[in-house]
Amino acid sequence: MQLEDFTGKFVDCLSAVPATPVDGGTHFKKLEEWSSIFALIVIAMVDSEYGKTLTSEDIRNANTINDLFVIIQSK
Amino acid sequence: MAVLSVHNVALRGISACVPSLREDNMDLPLIPQNQRDTFVKTTGIRYRRIAGQGTTAADLCRISTERLLRELGWQASDIELLIFVTQTPDYVIPNSASIIQQQLGLPKTCLAMDINLGCSGYVYGLSVIGSLLQNMPGKRGLLLVGDCSSAIVSARDKATYPLFSDAGSATAIEYKEGEIWHFNLQTDGAGYEDIMVKGGGMRHPFGPDSLREHEYAAGEVRSDLQMKLDGVNIFNFALREVAPNIETLLRASQTDQASIDFFVLHQANKLILECVRKKLKEDSSRFPYSLHDFGNTSSASIPVTIVAQLQEALRAQDRRLLLCGFGVGLSWGSAIVPAHSLQIIDLIEI
Repeated sequence: MQLEDFTGKFVDCLSAVPATPVDGGTHFKKLEEWSSIFALIVIAMVDSEYGKTLTSEDIRNANTINDLFVIIQSK
Repeated sequence: MAVLSVHNVALRGISACVPSLREDNMDLPLIPQNQRDTFVKTTGIRYRRIAGQGTTAADLCRISTERLLRELGWQASDIELLIFVTQTPDYVIPNSASIIQQQLGLPKTCLAMDINLGCSGYVYGLSVIGSLLQNMPGKRGLLLVGDCSSAIVSARDKATYPLFSDAGSATAIEYKEGEIWHFNLQTDGAGYEDIMVKGGGMRHPFGPDSLREHEYAAGEVRSDLQMKLDGVNIFNFALREVAPNIETLLRASQTDQASIDFFVLHQANKLILECVRKKLKEDSSRFPYSLHDFGNTSSASIPVTIVAQLQEALRAQDRRLLLCGFGVGLSWGSAIVPAHSLQIIDLIEI
């Protein structure tokens, strides 16, 4: 599991191409599209692609895409 | 594990009733305008039905039942079993089933009771009525399942309000030798707070603070008398438990997955159902949805989906259905039931 690969899959969850480039340092909760529904889309992606479960607490504790990547790797 | 079989009972007919008042999530101010497309696309829920004051789940179920009995040519005097599954009863005391028994003119020899379950309620209800009826040769029963969740969600809570919708249903069942239904029923009370109306019961009785609204997050404002839903916890619960429950049932009942004609799952939201479908490696043509037009109708979502989506398919020939409900409790379960030339009544709107 590589950060670049994870970031690509995260971007694929977005319904539109983001206005500014997204990378590991992006604060995902500041993306225009971020919402509680979008959080479920990301959880579904992590479940199907990596077989890992992201909890409410995981999402609360993460700010950047890299933070999420580290949390998933630790599971 | 509660894996069980029920013998000698058969489904005869299903009807459902929804209020005609419809709300559109694309016009709902609670969801920011730039998120409405994503919301509808992801949840699958565009429209919701609202009963409004004066109409209860018991009313919607009673209307469904009256039409179903008429179409089947059954007499009220034929019915010896009435089970009403709801979490939005008419009263705290007494149970609603007793009132419905009287309204329908069912005989005093009729067993009538309520079951307090939500999204798993149709499957659990079938298991209870089937288990009773299998010991009553020649008898007939009614399973009424419905909720008016719109009465218990906050119009200021985006975690619940855009999802839930109102409906009632009736299912006619009778003793028939040779039939077998299979069930796998499960419970995990550790998640009891994930879907909850905290106030108004005996643990947190109605008091001066019960009506006070709290803002739990942006766009999530509700009182203790209104439903709380932890979307992430429920989503993870469904991802973790639903597909294994179905797979266990298929194994235990020695049923080939390919022999199932339709997988009718509780209509929670499209994202959850699509994840479950992919875990089961199932084709979308065998996974009917009623979410777009009717939202999450709680316990009624399985019969509403059958009535709205499978009327022709079930009328035309014998089918094998796999039903699955999951949610509040946490409670979940699946069932495999044969459907032989079922009488599916046109959806009733009032």
